[in-house]
Amino acid sequence: MPSSIATSTPIDADQRSRIDARHDAWFRGLLKFCALLVLAALLGAALSTLWGGREVLFKDGFHFLTSDTWNPVTDDYGALAPIFGTLVTSLIALVLAVPVSFGIALFLTEIAPTWLRGPVATAIELLASIPSIIYGMWGLFVFVPFMAGIEPALSDTLGRLPLVGKLFEGPPLGLGLLTAGIVLAVMILPFICSVMREVFQTVPVRLKESSYALGSTTWEVVWDIVLPYTRSAVIGGIFLGLGRALGETMAVTFVLGNAYSITSSLLMPGTSISSAIANEFNEAVGIHRSALIALGFLLFVVTFIVLLIARLMLRRLARREGN
Amino acid sequence: MAASVYLRRRIVNVLALALSACATLLGLVFLAWILWVTLKNGFGAITPRLFTKITAYAEQGGLSNAIVGSLIMDLMALLICAPIGVLAGTFLAEYANRTKLGATIRFLNDILLSAPSIVLGLFVYVIVVLPMSNLTHGNVSFSGFAGAVALALIGLPVIVRTTDEMLQLVPGTLREATLSLGIPQWKMTVQVLMRAATSGIVTGVLLALARLAGETAPLLFTAFGNNFMTVHPLDKMESLPVAIYQYTNDPSPDLHAIAWAGALLITLFVLALSLLTRMLFLRHKVRYD
Amino acid sequence: MLTSSRSMFRLGALAVFIAASLGAVSVQATDITGAGSSFVYPVISKWSASYAEKTGNRVNYQSIGSGGGIAQIKAGTVDFGASDMPLDEATLTKFGLGQFPDVIGGIVPAFNVAGVAPGKLVLDGSTLAGIFLGSIAKWNDPAIAALNPGVKLPDSRITVVHRSDGSGTSFNFTNYLSKVSADWKAKVGEGTAVNWPTGIGGKGNEGVSAYIRQIPNSIGYVEYAYALKNHIGYALMKNAAGKVVEPKTSSFQAAAATADWAHAKNFNLLMTNAPGADAWPITATSWVIMYKQPKNAANSKVAFDFFKFAYEHGQEQARSLDYVPLPASLVSQIESYWKTEFKQ
Repeated sequence: MPSSIATSTPIDADQRSRIDARHDAWFRGLLKFCALLVLAALLGAALSTLWGGREVLFKDGFHFLTSDTWNPVTDDYGALAPIFGTLVTSLIALVLAVPVSFGIALFLTEIAPTWLRGPVATAIELLASIPSIIYGMWGLFVFVPFMAGIEPALSDTLGRLPLVGKLFEGPPLGLGLLTAGIVLAVMILPFICSVMREVFQTVPVRLKESSYALGSTTWEVVWDIVLPYTRSAVIGGIFLGLGRALGETMAVTFVLGNAYSITSSLLMPGTSISSAIANEFNEAVGIHRSALIALGFLLFVVTFIVLLIARLMLRRLARREGN
Repeated sequence: MAASVYLRRRIVNVLALALSACATLLGLVFLAWILWVTLKNGFGAITPRLFTKITAYAEQGGLSNAIVGSLIMDLMALLICAPIGVLAGTFLAEYANRTKLGATIRFLNDILLSAPSIVLGLFVYVIVVLPMSNLTHGNVSFSGFAGAVALALIGLPVIVRTTDEMLQLVPGTLREATLSLGIPQWKMTVQVLMRAATSGIVTGVLLALARLAGETAPLLFTAFGNNFMTVHPLDKMESLPVAIYQYTNDPSPDLHAIAWAGALLITLFVLALSLLTRMLFLRHKVRYD
Repeated sequence: MLTSSRSMFRLGALAVFIAASLGAVSVQATDITGAGSSFVYPVISKWSASYAEKTGNRVNYQSIGSGGGIAQIKAGTVDFGASDMPLDEATLTKFGLGQFPDVIGGIVPAFNVAGVAPGKLVLDGSTLAGIFLGSIAKWNDPAIAALNPGVKLPDSRITVVHRSDGSGTSFNFTNYLSKVSADWKAKVGEGTAVNWPTGIGGKGNEGVSAYIRQIPNSIGYVEYAYALKNHIGYALMKNAAGKVVEPKTSSFQAAAATADWAHAKNFNLLMTNAPGADAWPITATSWVIMYKQPKNAANSKVAFDFFKFAYEHGQEQARSLDYVPLPASLVSQIESYWKTEFKQ
């Protein structure tokens, strides 16, 4: 503190600022230590999967990445089918959850009467607090039979269309990629929705009011003013949901059908990385176990790549806006 | 001409708003559906026996040891991950917002968020269970403590992420005003920023609790499970998700009902806690805003 | 915030205090731990409850899977492991382990076909293998029809349901198919998890039985107790002796009795496709695995005492859970194995 503005006890003030500086350094050190713990946790977990999966990854890693057979009897492992299932179910979940979340956030910030907003927002967030094993059991006993009931209708309508028709072929089993994607969508909906709602509220009122003054409808204000203003945070929220979808285990395992196959139809069973691990890990020994841990490492890699793409997209958007 | 454009815009608007109301309805329908199914299957099994009997496989088994174990481990996990997560999130938001280190940690935290829980359990098995077993010559191996560490790893990234975001929402003017009074940065962070963001940070901790309370996979290789009652954190410990997992794998329909009841208990526990905290913090907000 | 941080501090101090005071209490010496096969979890848990009542010793068994059980006994984190797959001679010698069977159970083909009553469908090994290979794709296939004269079989596709999780049930089922079908052995083979040529996977007995109930014209395999308690139709099987048998306690026991245990070193023998006239062809057991020179001799002693108790007093409990107790001749063989192989 400069002495010119020091009061009657300059030494005290000096001492105090020194103490403050020391405390600041300690505090900063403590925070940094905690942040580095997070770093260590991830690196530790990732490296332990790399080590545990070394027998498969380092022996013939290329085969592991490109093969779609998974045969524990002959110890021949390929990760293509689980990777495919993980990406497809997560994509379905995003395609369904993003517009619905957007609709709910729009409803809660622009349309609903004030007294309704709090309770409905809390109710939607409650979806996040239901344990995933319950989603799994609900999916197995209730939602799969429900889907088996409506899948013939899907095949008869969407299945007849020229291009997307291929996606909706096959016997109406009720389980499969589409069902898993829908269950995932319900699970990640509250995550995306609460972020959207949160950031929609940060849009300056004068921006919206200027637009209304020019004669815009509510929809136009949301689409042309609110969404562009909050775009980067909205995309961030979407990828938060995506992260949850990529790693979800229990709920998916019960409804996915667990077949190591790559199919063009969304009504057919598939498998995912995390459900493959959860399914087979307990009974696996030797190279089989190593292959499953290697799958765990691949999930880290897949998530890394997906998030990296997200970051790059965000950066490009930001640059275009001149920020 | 102009009238038709206006009409089109009106129609688009009404359509969009109606669709958004439908979306909200859809979300609520799914919530009600899932809660109803859980309630329908589990309600009948909620009897005193659930809270007084242990999971030992007598016909009259209950969940008492699982409830106690879950409470202990969830609480220990929160005690581990809440302080670390909040402090790490604060570091990201306040000290490393635009640095390379901050960006790296934030990025890796997002990956940790989607790590499969079974992998985190295995990691804890290697860094906690095996060393403890070697140190104590096999007397202590799996333990409630190890289970709590695994759960903490699951809750940690959620808390880091939300704390980081909530602190960034605190307006910069608040920081400038505080610093201009000559208040050191650490005091400003703890007493002004964290207080301003309390509601958001607590929401993050609750989201973390919601996520870790339902986890099964990481507990199998860390807390292991225990058919008998124990409160010792270094003992092998039962938990609700593990008990549910065992009961659903059993042929007896009675035990299935208990599994649903256990699931209901977890949901109600998380719901009650989040409603309670929300009520407390709504009051809080009114007082300080 | 100040008050709340102070209360946070108090909370932390309290937690440390509780942890420290609990740390002073030593872990009870008579608690022993086992881990492994989920197949035996219900019966071991039940034995454990009555053993604790009688002796005060607590046996904590957790079903983390056979692979997990083997890994944990090797790591020395548990006192005994349980596996649905026997360990081979080399592994046992290398780690200084011994193994012996604990209880017997049956695996049954379960189906859901409209118009065919439970217990009214007869299958044999090669037909079952054909169905699971996908080469027999319809219910009215001549192979099935030949075994079921007088049963009206529909002209619909068969949906195969198998376990998605690795399991001893799958291991015994695929081991049986490998024994009776050269085609299966060449194309698929045996294991806790295999590369299934067709069908969908359900998680656990629970998942498989749920899918069989939900999906018309499906067939799968579950543990006997599951088919019984969930009222799923099960099929009869033509066994190695060419006789059609029903899955029930006596036919499981017949399989155990006719298996050639006397010549199986370390009890390394699977009971599938047993030769007896009344033997159920898909009968299984699981093995308890223990160290011959245990790190903790006291715990090991309790473990032996526990299994002795189970063989002598646990039979009724095993039957009530639809398992079958080991035949007396096998029990005496196990007890002499204990004396010669284990340091007690």
